[in-house]
Amino acid sequence: MAYSFPEEVLEHVFSFLTSDKDRNAVSLVCKSWYEIERWCRRRIFVGNCYAVSPEIVIRRFPEVRAVEIKGKPHFADFNLVPEGWGAYVYPWIAAMSAACPLLEEIKLKRMVVTDESLELISKSFKNFKVLVLSSCEGFTTDGLASIAANCRNLRELDLRESEVEDLSGHWLSHFPDNYTSLVSLNISCLGSEVSFSALERLVARSPNLRTLRLNRAVPLEKLPNLLRRAPQLVELGTGAYSAEIRSDTYSNLAEAFSACKQLKGLSGFWDAIPSYLPAMLHVCSGITSLNLSYATIQSPDLVQLVTQCRNLQRLWVLDYIEDRGLEALAASCKDLQELRVFPSDPFGAEPNVSLTEQGLVSVSEGCPKLQSVLYFCRQMSNAALVAIARNRPNLIRFRLCILEPRVPDYLTLEPLDTGFGAIVENCKELRRLSLSGLLTDRVFKYIGTHAKKLEMLSIAFAGDSDLGLHHVLSGCESLRKLEIRDCPFGDKALLANAAKLETMRSLWMSSCSVSYGACKLLGQKLPRLNVEVIDERGPPDSRPESCPVERLYVYRTVSGRRVDMPGFVWTMDEDASLRFS
Amino acid sequence: MEGVMSHASDLNLKATELRLGLPGTDEHDEFVSVAKNNKRALPDQSATDSGRKGISSGKSIDHEHEHEPAPKAQIVGWPPVRSYRKNNLQAKKTEAETGMYVKVSMDGAPYLRKIDLSVYNGYAELLKALESMFKLTIGDYSEREGYKGSEYAPAYEDKDGDLMLVGDVPWDMFMSSCKRLRIMKGSDASGLGCGV
Repeated sequence: MAYSFPEEVLEHVFSFLTSDKDRNAVSLVCKSWYEIERWCRRRIFVGNCYAVSPEIVIRRFPEVRAVEIKGKPHFADFNLVPEGWGAYVYPWIAAMSAACPLLEEIKLKRMVVTDESLELISKSFKNFKVLVLSSCEGFTTDGLASIAANCRNLRELDLRESEVEDLSGHWLSHFPDNYTSLVSLNISCLGSEVSFSALERLVARSPNLRTLRLNRAVPLEKLPNLLRRAPQLVELGTGAYSAEIRSDTYSNLAEAFSACKQLKGLSGFWDAIPSYLPAMLHVCSGITSLNLSYATIQSPDLVQLVTQCRNLQRLWVLDYIEDRGLEALAASCKDLQELRVFPSDPFGAEPNVSLTEQGLVSVSEGCPKLQSVLYFCRQMSNAALVAIARNRPNLIRFRLCILEPRVPDYLTLEPLDTGFGAIVENCKELRRLSLSGLLTDRVFKYIGTHAKKLEMLSIAFAGDSDLGLHHVLSGCESLRKLEIRDCPFGDKALLANAAKLETMRSLWMSSCSVSYGACKLLGQKLPRLNVEVIDERGPPDSRPESCPVERLYVYRTVSGRRVDMPGFVWTMDEDASLRFS
Repeated sequence: MEGVMSHASDLNLKATELRLGLPGTDEHDEFVSVAKNNKRALPDQSATDSGRKGISSGKSIDHEHEHEPAPKAQIVGWPPVRSYRKNNLQAKKTEAETGMYVKVSMDGAPYLRKIDLSVYNGYAELLKALESMFKLTIGDYSEREGYKGSEYAPAYEDKDGDLMLVGDVPWDMFMSSCKRLRIMKGSDASGLGCGV
């Protein structure tokens, strides 16, 4: 080569590249760039823990400092993935413990994390700073005690929505007295009480604390004690937001809140009673993120609070807010970007609140920056969907859940094909879509035709035939994750679009009509895919080949079949026929 | 509106029902358990070309002989709400259902009673109920003198274990702090009411 920058210069240039896409592109330029890049990549994102082995990752990126790994498929959140399926983090920790002593950050989602793993983390990485366990399970408060005791440089401990076996609240006391570097603590998922005095002392000696999300067990009366010691908080999650109605409790709370001049985010509010909400009024003007999805308070009180938050960008709330509350929201919160409305009575047959499609239409009309929606409701119409689509062509995420499956347009009794069609046609930047209601193959034709930027699609109780699936697989160019349940999709579309699956992260299909024979064929044709049949009825070989499998999970991988499968998972590959003899 | 919705869900059930093999072949036993009813199809709907008959063309849409009872079967993982959210709401519901029962003792009575505080809207209703339950009169409440006009006074034990006169604090506060009730008699009662 006639020219070359010294490596150090290239490395310096590459250090400005943070996106994986950019770094991947750089590494394809030539061998020397590949080498330089791989030695200086610090952040790794593994979207599917079985797509690659820890050994391969470490071999290529020995200087990794931050790892983010995702495990189970999304539908595991709704109990569709049987217990014991996999996603164990231990092999990753073990491999990194040996090879990456300088590791600083581990972020995991939907993985099984044991106390053993936590202990190993706490002892292996001297400069460990960030641990985020999102929707994980498998560990107890003993594991947390190891982290607290040994991670001297810990900045973030975030247990969001994980399932933790709560053995005792004393784990918090394991943070040493001279530990002062805490920046973010989220224990909102913990069931039992943590030692309050230990918590108080921890907060008092953490001058950099920005995020504190308490669990339900922290009583409201004690909240001011914490707030007074951390007036610099930017994000606060309260504990239970109810107490005996006493004026001194109220005034303490209001005073403590008003001292927190930097608060931008609020969450918690379990068991909230309206009397104590006004205590927060002083901070409302600065609030950009508000999670009231545990607050079982009625619309007028919700409205009073929400309309004070003029700078609100994100709101999560229960359907108690009702249509009129959403109308008020639309009128007051012009910066709103994300709205999530959760059902207060998901299994009730009758509506318990007056929340309909109208609420969402109002918000779509009034909030020009709205880009992300998750909305649970009981009725929808094509007209409303068309209106929403026309009002908000800037939507990026649109997840609609009509509580009853296969419900048609309540005005015309037609399928909701046209409505969702309008969404995908108008919202050209749409990246995520969840469908519900009565839908035929036609909606999939619209999706395949228009949803060119769509990356994730969730389908349930929809469609008529394989044609539906075919439209999606053949038309959605950017599709990365497809999850389907209870749809009449079978072998034909899947086999005809088999190659598409190698361009995606994963495909999940449960309670559909994909036969065992087709799964075998898929596994044989495409060795770079793991085709997992997840079936609790026993070996698929014990039933005819035409028998549909309970669940199918297909994902691309460079590491071949995994070795930790439980008894109800079979991987289809070239040797499948031999394996079952 | 609900009736119409269940019409539609019945119609589409046949088309989206899980089956083995090709249309027209024998039905396989295994399919998703979803609510069914036996209402007839609306005539205009069966005529629409929505492709719903794609798979089950061999079967009629009105399955009158298949009749499931009215309460709907709960589908696994539907609606897609995370369990920690469901649990949060459940707790709230059961609280409302089980009520706020407290023991009521009366001086001299052989056994105690229990009442559910949550069914009363205020002190007036509560006192009426106590009067009726124990066959006595309690008299009128005044802040200054407690319960004048009878030898009985209602008292309660609060969270701190102290014996308090019923009626001094707002009803909501009383409800959340009352642990048990005690109907006091005669000279014991007068001690509570005087010049606190």
